[in-house]
Amino acid sequence: MPSANVRAARPSADRRLSTLVRHLLPSSARTTTAAAAATTTTATSADSSASLRAFPTMASSSVFAGVPQGPEDPILGVTVAFNKDPSPVKVNLGVGAYRTEEGKPLVLNVVKRAELQMIKNPSLGKEYLPITGLADFNKLSAKLIFGADSPAIQENRVVTVQCLSGTGSLRVGGEFLARHYHERTIYIPQPTWGNHPKVFTLAGLTARSYRYYDPATRGLDFQGLLEDLSSAPEGAIVLLHACAHNPTGVDPTLDQWEQIRQLMRSKALLPFFDSAYQGFASGDLDKDAQSVRMFVADGGELLMAQSYAKNMGLYGERVGALSIVCGSADVAVKVESQLKLVIRPMYSNPPLHGATIVATILNNRDMFEEWTIELKGMANRIISMRQQLFNALNIRGTPGDWSHIIKQIGMFTFTGLNSDQVAFMRQEYHIYMTSDGRISMAGLSSRTVDHLANAIDAAVTKVK
Amino acid sequence: MAALSRAASAIRRRGALHLLPGGAPTRAMASLFGHVEPAPKDPILGVTEAFLADPSPDKVNVGVGAYRDDNGKPVVLDCVREAERRIAGNLNMEYLPMGGSIKMIEESLKLAYGEESEFIKDKRIAAVQALSGTGACRLFADFQKRFLPDSQIYIPTPTWSNHHNIWRDAQVPQRTFSYYHPESRGLDFAGLMDDIKNAPNGSFFLLHACAHNPTGVDPTEEQWREISYQFKLKNHFPFFDMAYQGFASGDPERDAKAIRIFLEDGHQIGCAQSYAKNMGLYGQRAGCLSILCEDEMQAVAVKSQLQQIARPMYSNPPVHGALVVSIILNDPDLKSLWLKEVKGMADRIIGMRKALRENLEKLGSPLSWEHVTNQIGMFCYSGMTPEQVDRLTNEYHIYMTRNGRISMAGVTTGNVAYLANAIHDVTKSN
Repeated sequence: MPSANVRAARPSADRRLSTLVRHLLPSSARTTTAAAAATTTTATSADSSASLRAFPTMASSSVFAGVPQGPEDPILGVTVAFNKDPSPVKVNLGVGAYRTEEGKPLVLNVVKRAELQMIKNPSLGKEYLPITGLADFNKLSAKLIFGADSPAIQENRVVTVQCLSGTGSLRVGGEFLARHYHERTIYIPQPTWGNHPKVFTLAGLTARSYRYYDPATRGLDFQGLLEDLSSAPEGAIVLLHACAHNPTGVDPTLDQWEQIRQLMRSKALLPFFDSAYQGFASGDLDKDAQSVRMFVADGGELLMAQSYAKNMGLYGERVGALSIVCGSADVAVKVESQLKLVIRPMYSNPPLHGATIVATILNNRDMFEEWTIELKGMANRIISMRQQLFNALNIRGTPGDWSHIIKQIGMFTFTGLNSDQVAFMRQEYHIYMTSDGRISMAGLSSRTVDHLANAIDAAVTKVK
Repeated sequence: MAALSRAASAIRRRGALHLLPGGAPTRAMASLFGHVEPAPKDPILGVTEAFLADPSPDKVNVGVGAYRDDNGKPVVLDCVREAERRIAGNLNMEYLPMGGSIKMIEESLKLAYGEESEFIKDKRIAAVQALSGTGACRLFADFQKRFLPDSQIYIPTPTWSNHHNIWRDAQVPQRTFSYYHPESRGLDFAGLMDDIKNAPNGSFFLLHACAHNPTGVDPTEEQWREISYQFKLKNHFPFFDMAYQGFASGDPERDAKAIRIFLEDGHQIGCAQSYAKNMGLYGQRAGCLSILCEDEMQAVAVKSQLQQIARPMYSNPPVHGALVVSIILNDPDLKSLWLKEVKGMADRIIGMRKALRENLEKLGSPLSWEHVTNQIGMFCYSGMTPEQVDRLTNEYHIYMTRNGRISMAGVTTGNVAYLANAIHDVTKSN
């Protein structure tokens, strides 16, 4: 870390000016002036500064003059393009937010119910939450993912802190590991959610990948996965998608999970689970948590990032939780205190509204039931879309094996289409998806599935 | 076989029963985090914890940094209740864009830069919704680190303690500049101007736009003009943290005066805004970070880069607080109501300052308590020593931070006499 003390050598004004020079002047002038500035003493630095001030462009120079335009986000860029398209038959299969059969966003009934209940309660506080968030929410979230009877919870070995959805939980967990864990490498599956590498890199970790998706089978490259994890250094961190892998929809079987668990524990690899789809994948909350619970059951430690964005439709409220299952209750207490030091200089304490909704629902038996029914409804609609698309392609005799559409699980399907085919489908059929061939099943409806099937059929026959 | 013997030797090495399939019951295993040290407690939050634990019926909490009414109760503004009533169970909760709610940003810029600001018209301001004031400062600090890696930040002495943590975690080196003058319990203007002059040209300064936290000491308008002038000569960059707009004087336009002076003088500024106190939205984490750029193109570039910093931190900001702010500021009736309510809060605090000072003077205190009414905003830097503060806590069950900072929001007509009496008691022998 740079020292807070005075820097020796060149005055900072000189440094700042030469930085501006690099960005603003044509390269020939840049080389000369920069070289001059680099070798300068205090006397000559004044000269070069004076000569720089003579340039008209420097007259009102901003310190941010050199800031380049940031790259467009590939996933959000799809929606931007979709919105611009005037075609009446356009379909947006880009963004990972649930849509109804009518193609509309959905606020769950139970969420509306919770909000109306909250409005009627004038004594509900609006003050700052503690740094670690809403206590009730934290306890309930841990129970939800680890199981109410989890021995780790009963033994007080679980520390849970409310964070900003999945992203925030991953970031806080990553920062904690970068500061306190002896291994700085995290292995992430190939492919994975586009934001994962940046989250961990900025947290201070080094991201490496392990094989995951097999394009030939459109399924799991299990051998490759085991090989890559076997050759990981002892103690390395491994990111695991708890269920409904994003973007492929390909999950290990329970047997495969068990093998992964054994391998990881034998090499003391630290599991970091990302659970963004609990209940949303199979429709069953407990079933979708099996992989995680398997790892907790062996008494080992792990990190868990939990999101309520999809399964409770709370996307914009940014509700999530980071849990760390520790070896002992003492360690859990100390870990919690250190998590606070990560959070406080980032945003002080997490947002209140979404967590209150979640706690309201999870605390109320009736509301919890209602939630599981609505959740199952969403999952079932997606499973039905998979079946419909698969059937539609079969009816058309579309070349290729499309069984992966019904084998994959969760919101996304990795179609296996290449970027040329994707571009063709956008051009000719106004179908929008990310260029890796990922489609969001949530964006499909019975009305649009035929159009999509036509588009895929045309793409695989006409574009190679 | 090789795999089995590897597993077996691992078991022997670590005595780890957990390697057995099916999860055999385990003893507490050696933790990968066993070496983690317990972190020191947050000094400010510790005060409230101690207060809550105290059973005394006389206890007074003047450590809290949240507004209280004259009954010592937290307040939810009526304009906020109305806005929440309108959106409850109605709107969708889709992701906001990475940069946050456009409407909320527009309204926030009008508040800070002026309703008719040419900079807004010319689209020269790069602005994103942020996680209250903390989040806004952190985004700026990270941005500073990324695009001006050689820069450091000058922070006033004293300041809100978390400022130091924010720039430290962003890995931007810190320096301090003189601000508070203990002898006068006012501004050390000479020291401040010296430090501005002595800092290398082009330094970055953190300035509290109004209602300095923790001292309550603000420069006068004339002093702000001199500071701005000196900044121009030195080409310094001013970053304003404005957490109390409207809350200080009761008038948001007046509280933004320092910023407006700098803008008139042609500075390019950065600004962190928070709605935690002035709209009572504490827990909703509603705020805005803005950076005034040279032109629209630069503003677009800077905004895109701020978004790149937010994306791997939390992807996009929370929608609820942003909706509440947008609804209130966009609806003329609700906005009037808000202005009235924020003035009410500021007036109550100004009233309590007067009452505390009068009580102390009536008790015949040998000390000057002018600073209680000279200072502005939620906090009063009393000038009491840590030992005197400890006596207040131990003998009178009065809770405040040990730097002698009194949160005027915790003072009521019901406890001001008790408070004055206690302060007089521990300071009369000064």
